[in-house]
Amino acid sequence: MDALVFYIVAIALFAISFAKDRKKTRQAFLKGLKALEGILPQFVTVLILIAATLALLNANAIGRFLGADTGPVGVAIAAALGAITLIPGFVAFPLAGELLRHGAGVLQIATFVSSLMMVGVVTLPMEIAYFGKRTAILRNAFAFAFSILAAFFVAWAVSL
Amino acid sequence: MGGVAVKLKETLKRYRAPIVALAGLVLFMIAVPSLAHKTASSLVGQTKTMLLVVPPIFLILGLLDVWVPRETMMRFMGPGSGLKGPLIAFALGSAAAGPLYGAFPIAAVLMRKGASFANILIFIGAWSTTKVPMFLFETQCLGYRFSLARLAIDLVGIVAIAFALKLSVPKKEVERLYAEAASESNGIQRKK
Repeated sequence: MDALVFYIVAIALFAISFAKDRKKTRQAFLKGLKALEGILPQFVTVLILIAATLALLNANAIGRFLGADTGPVGVAIAAALGAITLIPGFVAFPLAGELLRHGAGVLQIATFVSSLMMVGVVTLPMEIAYFGKRTAILRNAFAFAFSILAAFFVAWAVSL
Repeated sequence: MGGVAVKLKETLKRYRAPIVALAGLVLFMIAVPSLAHKTASSLVGQTKTMLLVVPPIFLILGLLDVWVPRETMMRFMGPGSGLKGPLIAFALGSAAAGPLYGAFPIAAVLMRKGASFANILIFIGAWSTTKVPMFLFETQCLGYRFSLARLAIDLVGIVAIAFALKLSVPKKEVERLYAEAASESNGIQRKK
């Protein structure tokens, strides 16, 4: 049911809106649809990019790169893997936990998780459409650097 | 008749990128048949996720656009909103579910309604990492120490990244983004 939460909220809100003002509700619906169609080309492109990266980089492949003994190179690879893949949290967290129990480094896993959440290379076409090239690229660059810094903090906190 | 042809041509032009990408993907699947099945199933999976999240977000945004007056949003998240703005931005982002791309169209509407650039950046940051349901799940998979440490440093990082961006994106560019968001008030339509 978790997955349907947005639909449930949308239906509830539309019902309230409809009860209050039919014309405004219709207007809102059309606005939403029009906006959706406006971004659709970028969306479809991003979907295809995600499918391609996921086919090339699955869980096993990622696990192989993130060993505890991989050192700074491993951290860099973890950050890059997190940046280019787009895995939902409910898949990524169990995977990360499993990898940790099987000898992956805390530093590498923390880097991977942070960069996975904050950096989105394949979704850049969408982000650029809304935020412009400059802001989108800078945001991802800052988030990438931060992911590595944050991982050192997490690894230190876990080792205490 | 001519109008229809022009419209069709325009639509084709807008959809050039996805058409090229799809063609590339099909070629890839033909060239590497061993990965074809996996590619197809991940495309189907991603499309499902997108269909679950994106259409309702856009419809809710339509409602927000029609019902919430600009003045209200300005008061809560505008440049003069003080500490309230970032706190609301954090709360909005953290209450969310779904992938980061769901946050971008919301950010565009917030911009149009007068939320400040820093607050929008904080909202994006919160959506990307401090989502409450995800945090609870993370503690289950990776332990409290790991997740709490990450949450603590992320709170700092989100604000730091927002400020770094605010400092490094020229004011003119920010004004351009706001003007673009405002000019498309008939829909959150984007060209390129």
